[in-house]
Amino acid sequence: MTTPLLSVSGLHKSFGRTVACDDISFDLWPGEVLGIVGESGSGKTTLLRSIAGLIEPDAGEISYYSGEGALDVHDMSEPELRRLQRTEWAFVHQHPRDGLRLNVSAGANIGERLMANDWRHYDNIRSEALKWLAAVEIDEARIDDLPRTFSGGMQQRLQIARNLITSPRLVFMDEPTGGLDVSVQARLLDLIRSLVRDLGLSAIVVTHDLAVARLLSTRLMVMKDARVIEQGLTDQVLEDPQAAYSQLLVSSVLQV
Amino acid sequence: MTIEPAAARDTGYNFAYLNEQTKKMIRRALLKAVAIPGYQVPFASREMPMPYGWGTGGVQVTASVLTPEDVLKVIDQGADDTTNAVSIRKFFKRTAGVATTEATAEASVIQTRHRIPEQKLTSDQILVYQVPIPEPLRFLEPRETETRKMHAFEDYGLMHVKLYEDISQHGHIATTYAYPVKVEGRYVMDPSPTPKFDNPKMDNCAALQLFGAGREKRIYALPPFTSVVSLDFEDHPFEVQAWEHPCELCGARDTYLDEVIVDDEGGRMFVCSDTDYCASRRQAVSEAAE
Ligand SMILES: Nc1ncnc2c1ncn2[C@@H]1O[C@H](COP(=O)(O)OP(=O)(O)O)[C@@H](O)[C@H]1O
Ligand SMILES: [Mg+2]
Repeated sequence: MTTPLLSVSGLHKSFGRTVACDDISFDLWPGEVLGIVGESGSGKTTLLRSIAGLIEPDAGEISYYSGEGALDVHDMSEPELRRLQRTEWAFVHQHPRDGLRLNVSAGANIGERLMANDWRHYDNIRSEALKWLAAVEIDEARIDDLPRTFSGGMQQRLQIARNLITSPRLVFMDEPTGGLDVSVQARLLDLIRSLVRDLGLSAIVVTHDLAVARLLSTRLMVMKDARVIEQGLTDQVLEDPQAAYSQLLVSSVLQV
Repeated sequence: MTIEPAAARDTGYNFAYLNEQTKKMIRRALLKAVAIPGYQVPFASREMPMPYGWGTGGVQVTASVLTPEDVLKVIDQGADDTTNAVSIRKFFKRTAGVATTEATAEASVIQTRHRIPEQKLTSDQILVYQVPIPEPLRFLEPRETETRKMHAFEDYGLMHVKLYEDISQHGHIATTYAYPVKVEGRYVMDPSPTPKFDNPKMDNCAALQLFGAGREKRIYALPPFTSVVSLDFEDHPFEVQAWEHPCELCGARDTYLDEVIVDDEGGRMFVCSDTDYCASRRQAVSEAAE
């Protein structure tokens, strides 16, 4: 029997009197892409950031099963957590400016994780950066340009390259196609889908857009008012939603 | 001898200007800095009767280590006779009455703004640096909370991002001043405005090296014989500047040269920036000729 990659149990997080996540439990299995959907304010981002160790939940346990065994995400030391965040994990932010260094070149952005992992050979870092530029369909000639000269879609692809370069096992994505035009979104989704498949990544993708979830995720979790109200295989949830709210969500999308 | 002897000090001030309480506080910071080589120790920097940028951090450190028996040398770039060096030397003559010198070998305390003297320092000497920006990570990470964590966790990948960026833009590591170093295999330190030419002199140096940043309120130190390694890439190793010509005054080939304008027609020549070193070499040559 295999073990899950990630196990969340009884997670709770409030901001003052606002409950953002209420008693959330689930497992993520190796190779799985879990979509978390729900309307704005339902607690998706808070859940994702809590799991990724970016915010401290009030209660609950998050276990990550690394090659070396189970790790309690909120019980490990900060250096350990940071090491995890720059090696086995990756976090793709909704806004590229939150996930990029805007004052250094595209090449330096992509190479940063390598350098943080003690790569000390310039040419090797650079050729790896070129390889990843190509992988995310950015012209290699742009390697020395600053990200601020890139379009929104290119910035997001740069952020993805910067994250995937160390072959993480688990990728967190928060509305990865969020602020983009529809045509740009479609291309980026295709790219994410093929990268996830080719690299055999496990991922948790937060989105308010069911079409994104349908395309990327194998399993779906529907959130409403800080709680998970339904979960199951993506096809099942979309074809035959059980909760009344999910039915509403799915029907409103299908009408569009 | 080139020593200007000790003289009566202005007794309107406490010895070396700062009161004993303040000096004690700074000495405590210095002791901590010596105990943790390369680590930036916060201290309660005082207002000094000179503007920031004139070396108020270095002056406070010098004031705290100075004794009446000391012989003080002050340099700006490599020279003892620039405005900044002269005014700091005058300040300590007046407030501490200590002897002063321009000769590196005669000094027991040397305060510097940029250069490390060419002559090898000894275990009887203290070198005090005036530091404007002590934080080597500031360039890429403006958040103090974050840079502190990076130091604490030895999370120094960003330093190489800066060097990477240098090479990608210039084809080589173009940083020539404030070139980052790793101290005793642990803390990354900014040698501040010191030219990278002098980085190798910091390594395994016999003298005690103290760094004071007044505006930024930080003190750090290199105890004698500390390992100081300049960061680099395997395929772009650290190198010091080299000049095509020797010093046009003393003929030295292994010193840091400044380009100086010598006449109104824009004539230029390259000469040692360490004026004392250059003068003593020329004197040795003329004495040998006699
Ligand atoms: N840092 C914060 N401070 C206060 N309230 C917050 C904070 N972050 C989120 N919230 C609140 O928590 C709830 C869930 O927010 P969020 O996780 O961002 O939802 P979603 O990502 O689904 O839109 C919302 O009511 C939001 O206003
Ligand atoms: Mg959100």
